[in-house]
Order: sequence, then C-alpha cells, then structure tokens
Amino acid sequence: MDVAQDVAIEGLSRRRSGRLVRTLRLFRAYPVFSVAVLSVLLFAAITASWIAPFPERYGELRDRHAEPAIFGGEGGHLLGADSVGRDIYTRLLFGARVSLIIAAGTILVAGSFGTALGLISGWYGGWVDEAIMRLVDAMNAIPVILIALVLAVAVGPSFWLLLGILSIGLWPGFARQVRAETLSLKERDYVDLAKVAGAPTPRILYRHILPGLFSTVVVVATNQVGTVILAEAGLSFLGVGVPPPTPSWGGMISDGRLYLTDAWWVAAFPGIAIGLTVTSLVFLGDWLRDHLDPRLRQLE
Amino acid sequence: MLSFLRKRLIASFIAVLIVTMVIFILARLQGDPRTLYTDENLSQETYDALGRELGLDRPLVYQYGVFIRKLAVADLGKSIHQRRPVFDIVLERLPATAKLAAAGFLFSIVIGIPLGILSAVKRGTGWDILGRLFAVLGHALPSFWIAIMAIFIFAVKLDLLPTSRDGGIDHFILPSIALGWAAAGGQMRLVRSAMLEVLDSQYVVLARAKGVSNEQVIFKHALRNAILAPLTFAGLTLGGLITGAIITETVFAWPGLGLLAIDAVRSSDYAVLQGVMIFITFFYLIVSFFVDVLYGLVDPRIRYG
Repeated sequence: MDVAQDVAIEGLSRRRSGRLVRTLRLFRAYPVFSVAVLSVLLFAAITASWIAPFPERYGELRDRHAEPAIFGGEGGHLLGADSVGRDIYTRLLFGARVSLIIAAGTILVAGSFGTALGLISGWYGGWVDEAIMRLVDAMNAIPVILIALVLAVAVGPSFWLLLGILSIGLWPGFARQVRAETLSLKERDYVDLAKVAGAPTPRILYRHILPGLFSTVVVVATNQVGTVILAEAGLSFLGVGVPPPTPSWGGMISDGRLYLTDAWWVAAFPGIAIGLTVTSLVFLGDWLRDHLDPRLRQLE
Repeated sequence: MLSFLRKRLIASFIAVLIVTMVIFILARLQGDPRTLYTDENLSQETYDALGRELGLDRPLVYQYGVFIRKLAVADLGKSIHQRRPVFDIVLERLPATAKLAAAGFLFSIVIGIPLGILSAVKRGTGWDILGRLFAVLGHALPSFWIAIMAIFIFAVKLDLLPTSRDGGIDHFILPSIALGWAAAGGQMRLVRSAMLEVLDSQYVVLARAKGVSNEQVIFKHALRNAILAPLTFAGLTLGGLITGAIITETVFAWPGLGLLAIDAVRSSDYAVLQGVMIFITFFYLIVSFFVDVLYGLVDPRIRYG
C-alpha cells in the first residue's frame, strides 16, 4: 500500500471520528445536555401539582400494573401504573419535587455549616484548625448509611431525620475544600491591606474572603447534589428514607422490585430518572469546575 | 511521617468515640430495656434488681464506660429474637459479605484499570467515549437499580444466571457487577487521567523518539508510573464496597451482614443492628487508616497537605 493511500485512509477515518468528537466538543463547551435535563426536572418539580395527569396519592386498583402507553399499553398511563394502580408518570413528577427539596435543604444546611467551619479552620489555623480537620477526617471514616439505619430504627424514619443525616454526611466535603481555598486567599495583598486599614476580623471574613470562596462552594455543591439524590434514593430503597405514601424515586424502585416479572416499568423509570439527573449533575459539575476553578481542572 | 501518623490516629480515635457514643445514646433512646423484655406483672423488687444487674441505677457516664468495656472483650449483647450472642451471629454472616465485597473489588480492578488504559491510549476516539460513558453510568445509576434490572434481564428474561443467594461462581456475577460498577468507574477515571499525564511527559516522548514499540511505551514506561495512585484508590473503594454491600445484599438475598442489618431493622432487633454497625465501622476505620497511611507514603502531597 503506498503512502498516499495510507494518508488518505487515515484522513478519512480521522474525519469520521472527528465529527463525533466535534459534536461532543460542542456539548462540552456548553453544558447543553445538563441544563436541558435539569431545567425539565426543576419545571416538573415546581409544577407537578398542575401538570401531573393524576392527583399525588391517587390509585385506581382497576389499573393495577397497566402497561405504559408509550409501549402501546391501554389504560391512559403514559409510563404505566404500579401495583395499586398509581400512575408512574405522576409519581415521578412528585418524586422529583421530593428529591429536589431534600437536595436543596441538605446542600443549604451542609454547605453553610461546612463553609463556616472551613473558613474558621483556614483563617485561624493552629489548634482550631487541628480540631476541625481531625473531626472532618473522623467523619470521613464513619459509614453514614449505617448511622441512618440505626437512627431510623431508634426514632422512626422522617423527612427531617433524612435531611439531618445527609447534612451530617456532606458537610466535611465543603469544610475541606473551603479551608484549602481560605488558606490561599488569606495570603492575598488585599487581605493584608484590609488588616492594616483596621478592618475587624468578621468584616474581613465576610467582605474579603467569603466572596472569593463562591466558585469553590458552587463546584462542591453541584457535585454533592448528585450524591444527595443517590443517597436519598438508597435510603428510601432500604425503607428508612422518605416515608410512604410520599412518592420518592428510591421508594418507587423498591415497590417495583416486588413485581418485577409482572411490571418491570414500575422500577425501571424511576431509575432512569435518577441516572439522567445525576449524569447531568456530573457533567455540569465538571463544566463548572473547568470554568470557575481552573486549578481543579483535570487532564482531558 | 510521624506527625501524619499521629494526626491520622487522632482522627480514628475521634471516629471511634463518635460512633460508640451515637450507638450508646441511641440504645438509651430506645427507652428502658426492662420494658422490652418483661411484662407488667413484674414485682417492684425484681424490677429494681434487674435494673441493678443491668447497671441502670448508675449514672450515664458509668453506663457508657461499661458499654465500652464490654466492647473491648467483644461482648455485643444478645439478640432479642434469636436469643444468642450477637457476636456469634455477626461472625456467622461475615464470610458472605467478605466474599461479596472481594468479588466487587476484583470486578472494579479487572474492569477499571484496563478500561482506563484503553481510554487514555485511544483518547478522543469511540473507545474513549465508551469508557467514559461506562464510568459516568456507574456513578449515576443507583447500584440497587442496576441490580434489579440485571436480575430482570439476565435471570428472568434470558434465564442465564441465578437471581439470588450465595452459591457457585455464577451466583457472584450479577452481585459483583452491581456492587463494583461504581468503583470500577472511579478507578477507570483515575487510571485514565494518570495515564494521560504520563503519556504527555518528556520521558515517554523520548522513549517514542528512540523507537521503542508502542506496547513497550504504554506498559513499561507509562503504566508503571501511572499505576501508583489508582492502586491506593483501590484501597479507598474497599470501605465503600463494604457499606455498599448492605444495599446489594438486600436485592440479591445475599446472607451477609447487610441482610442481617436490614432484617434487624424490620424486626427492631436493636442489639443485632448495633453489632453489625460496630463491626462494619471498625472494619471501615481500620481499612481507611491503612489506606491513608499507604497514600501518605506514596504521595508526599497528602502527608504535608
């Protein structure tokens, strides 16, 4: 085979793979996929009461295990119905609301607490830093799922318990990153200048350090939302998360598991919803990391 | 290194303190254990005697001390339902969980590392995209959903593999994939980025310029230098695999610690749940301690960070 032909073939194959890569590159330049999925999710969560075809806790036993309309099922259920005739699509919409409320609540609590402790740890250093960081290390060595199980037995599963236990599991992630960022920010000239100008410590922390932490906190938060959604689903699946009959994605998968041979759609669709959501969050998190915090950028 | 070891030991100690205190306080939150075991016909004298026997007439701090002392000699109390020492029950179930975690671990290594190498070497091609898709899905899909769908497809529909319980090698396939996929994905990402970094380095360029064959460059020059971080990460995933086994076991009716814990939750057998929790936590603590030390040894940035 002569060289010209070789080059031609190589060029051809490169162009073919190039098109795919170019499309993907566009998707990486802007998180189109993530923003689309997450917008739909947010819209569904907010408007669930109006756009859902059935009321939140409505089941029609006649429709038990009705097949999904998108696969030719009759009975008027877009994604089928579960073992007590509840519409899967309706429950997915309300489940999105539950997932997002828990995610938002957890991120708010864990984020504020973790950021505050990370800030104090990085700013003051010394034994304060030592104490907080050892606590962070210790928290990382504790299996949170087990604590959740034990707590659920001791005091009974509830929404607030779930929020609390997930927050306890997540704050160390914020504290560690915020501390590292604070350590570098406090060496900046403008911080020294503020000190020389006589600004009190709380003011320096609030006006000069905290705004610089914004991008770090956003990146960590985006990554943690996915973790919260997965953890919530896992705990609900084990029966110690959101108590029924409130629809939650993890709980729906757990319901569907019992009737897998009769109605696979009961378990399948909530899992797809979780997968899509978390995938979007991963991509969005990577994109935000690359654009907000170049030091964390990984080799692509 | 010594100060790093000291820091790490302090953290482990705090973790032990937190976990034992949480367990102890929760046990007390259950209420007076006497009301659980006895009926209302009990006389006041017997009731008080029982209280003295269980140490309930002493202050809480003393009771905590007793609790710790019992832990030290592996006395985890008795199961209400099985009326046997919890320690024996937990020990019985341990091998099944260990086998499952080992299988998941093996899967994460055997799939994750080669996939990471392939992805890095064939960067930007369909292989790379497939590999990264594998990693993202492993992270984004709940393990229990993967498990349920795998059972539906491979056991119910295709009738290829058994659905549940411990058994021959075929019983391990689905559970180890469900449990190990997330870890395999993490492993793949790490190997990939480490390989990319090394493949761009000057000594690899030099080796290529010298005319060293592609296989030699990849496996001898690049991989040897890129594999250190992923190998230590493998240790880190062990802890996650042990707790992940709790969920996987419930789906596959795997007779390990996870199933034991869930059964204990359903029957409110607090002593058993507490025993499982203590066992897993201590295992988790020991593994994460050694992994951190190992990590510190190979990566000075951790030691001085």
